[in-house]
Amino acid sequence: MSARRPIPRWADIALLPAINLLLAFLVSGLVVLLVGENPFHAIQVIIYGAFGYGEGLGYTLYYATNFIFTGLAVAVAAQAGLFNIGGDGQAYVAGLGAVVVALALDQTHWLIAMPLAVIAAGAVGGFWAFVPGWLQAKRGSHVVITTIMFNFIAAALMVYMVNRVLKPASTMAPESETIEVAGRVPQLRQFFSFFGYSPVNLSIVIAVLALIGVYILVWHTKFGYAMRVLGANPTASRYAGISNSKMIMITMTISGALAGMVAINEVMGVQNRLVLDFVAGAGFVGIAVALMGRNHPIGILLAALLFGALYQGGQELQFVIPGITREMIVVIQALVILFTGAMEGLFRPSLERAFMLFSPEQKADAIAVSTAKSES
Amino acid sequence: MDISSVLSILDATIRLSTPLLLACLAGLYSERAGLFDIGLEGKMLAAAFAAGAVAAITGSAWLGLLAGLAVSLSTALLQGVAAITLKGNQLIAGVAINMLAAGMTTFLGQTWFSQGGRTPPLPEGGRFEPITLPFANELASVPVLGPIYADLISGHYILVYIAFIMVGVTAYVLYRTRFGLRMRAVGENPKAVDTAGISVVKLRYQAVIITGLLAGLAGAYFSIAQGSGFGNNMTAGKGYIALAALIFAKWKPVPAMFTCLLFGFLDALQIRLQGAQLGGIEIPVQAIQALPYLLTVILLAGFIGKAVGPKAGGVPYTKER
Repeated sequence: MSARRPIPRWADIALLPAINLLLAFLVSGLVVLLVGENPFHAIQVIIYGAFGYGEGLGYTLYYATNFIFTGLAVAVAAQAGLFNIGGDGQAYVAGLGAVVVALALDQTHWLIAMPLAVIAAGAVGGFWAFVPGWLQAKRGSHVVITTIMFNFIAAALMVYMVNRVLKPASTMAPESETIEVAGRVPQLRQFFSFFGYSPVNLSIVIAVLALIGVYILVWHTKFGYAMRVLGANPTASRYAGISNSKMIMITMTISGALAGMVAINEVMGVQNRLVLDFVAGAGFVGIAVALMGRNHPIGILLAALLFGALYQGGQELQFVIPGITREMIVVIQALVILFTGAMEGLFRPSLERAFMLFSPEQKADAIAVSTAKSES
Repeated sequence: MDISSVLSILDATIRLSTPLLLACLAGLYSERAGLFDIGLEGKMLAAAFAAGAVAAITGSAWLGLLAGLAVSLSTALLQGVAAITLKGNQLIAGVAINMLAAGMTTFLGQTWFSQGGRTPPLPEGGRFEPITLPFANELASVPVLGPIYADLISGHYILVYIAFIMVGVTAYVLYRTRFGLRMRAVGENPKAVDTAGISVVKLRYQAVIITGLLAGLAGAYFSIAQGSGFGNNMTAGKGYIALAALIFAKWKPVPAMFTCLLFGFLDALQIRLQGAQLGGIEIPVQAIQALPYLLTVILLAGFIGKAVGPKAGGVPYTKER
């Protein structure tokens, strides 16, 4: 007897994440209350800080740009049933590709430098994900463990590259040479003074294109279909004549290339040079974004904006309420991952039951089931 | 390199291996019971903070240790509820735990102590003191064996000895007790265990509890033994190295000890080799730092031996549909 029916689609993609998000906020609110601050005031500050004025909005969009890339990276891999936890490392090494091209071409024009840097960063980031993909496909090593290890290898590699290779002899700080203005990605404030001093730049256009591109790739191409079949049932995909190992390798490469776009935003749009740890955990935010956004571009866009707002609002928060530091945002992010990702089972069964009782076409079934239960 | 510098590197190896070993054994219990645990780092960090904070306030290392154990245990149970009872994704649960610990420790540290996330330096008695084993001072003058006993074996914190004793205990529990047999079975084939009338859920929770306690010891070691007080992100990825060591040791306790000693040795060497030369070429410190991860990747890929984890790892157990 299978009494359970899946909940309606809208509830699965909107209601359940909303409930989980609410729960994450509730717990975070309790933590804020615990340290003796007013959570409602905190929310007010966050919302004003993130959307209330041009510069704040600009910062929100700048953070969201990163999170769209890393969220898409996690989502693309997830569609094929792979958990790419290495977005941080992939974005980090992609910085090499971005900075090398940008420094080489910063005497020309950004219209030349940017597309080439996108290709270079994508290639390097993609390579950093391809290797774990290849190891999973050909050698059977678990992609999760390998990508974790690759995050640390990336960290060591980048410290070496920045300190020993890219750092000009004249500077003390561990950073590469500064990219000339002509090689930088233009910031939106050059066109709209509305954005104040915020660093949001044209990388956001790439982010939007990536959202559309992933949507088309996953749902409107043969490749995307094969990817989803692999994710749903690897045995079925093999019998359908799909080469699973090829799919794993290509999907991981795409995923890494998407994560690599963070380097364009940070290295060419904001820092104008390669600095250590420029990714700052964006790869891990991507996990929360993909989970909240249900691995769908529209969901990822909304979730990235939400986390962008939280990061920017959180920055504001620590100025207005000194009792709350911005680490509170990391806590909220962790709770979102916990509730939407790992504790999905908390509400889904009760929602399933609730919908069985309240949706008219299923009501009869539900009653039949419950009478059968009480009779037995 | 003379004997005293060799001894000092080996001494540092033991000190640096201890938290790895405790965390590695912690992970061993969960993973052997069929639960992937990438949340070791978070449990350790949370325990380090709790131990540091309580030891700083009460001035008692033992109360600090107790707090560390309690916090790590509750974190492990939270992860257990998600992974076992709610049948959630174990990997995602681990990621969430790591992030939660990173955020919470810095946030509470800053709010409570206002020292940029650090806990105040420990008062007298708030930190474990090194233990001098019997006759260490008397035997120190004996050639070769004397310094080895006095410097290398004697003079460590109590947690160091507990860690190495736990290797034997774990090996005994795993291979010589009924609980160990059942735990290994639950990691390989939970259905068979269930069919034999043994509760899979109960066994997995028991494993999670042991994991929590051992990770608590590992965390406390950072803030109230090796260090004096908690600092931001104090565990610095050691939880992941422990995970790598666990895989490298193929989920076995005694190899786990040797792997942790090897990784601890690399760490000690890396500190020692800052700017050192080898055959005229300077070895980048980063290469040694990356070595444990590289070795694990190579092993996982099956180029040197083969690491195959417990078969039922990562799969929540559902009795029937």
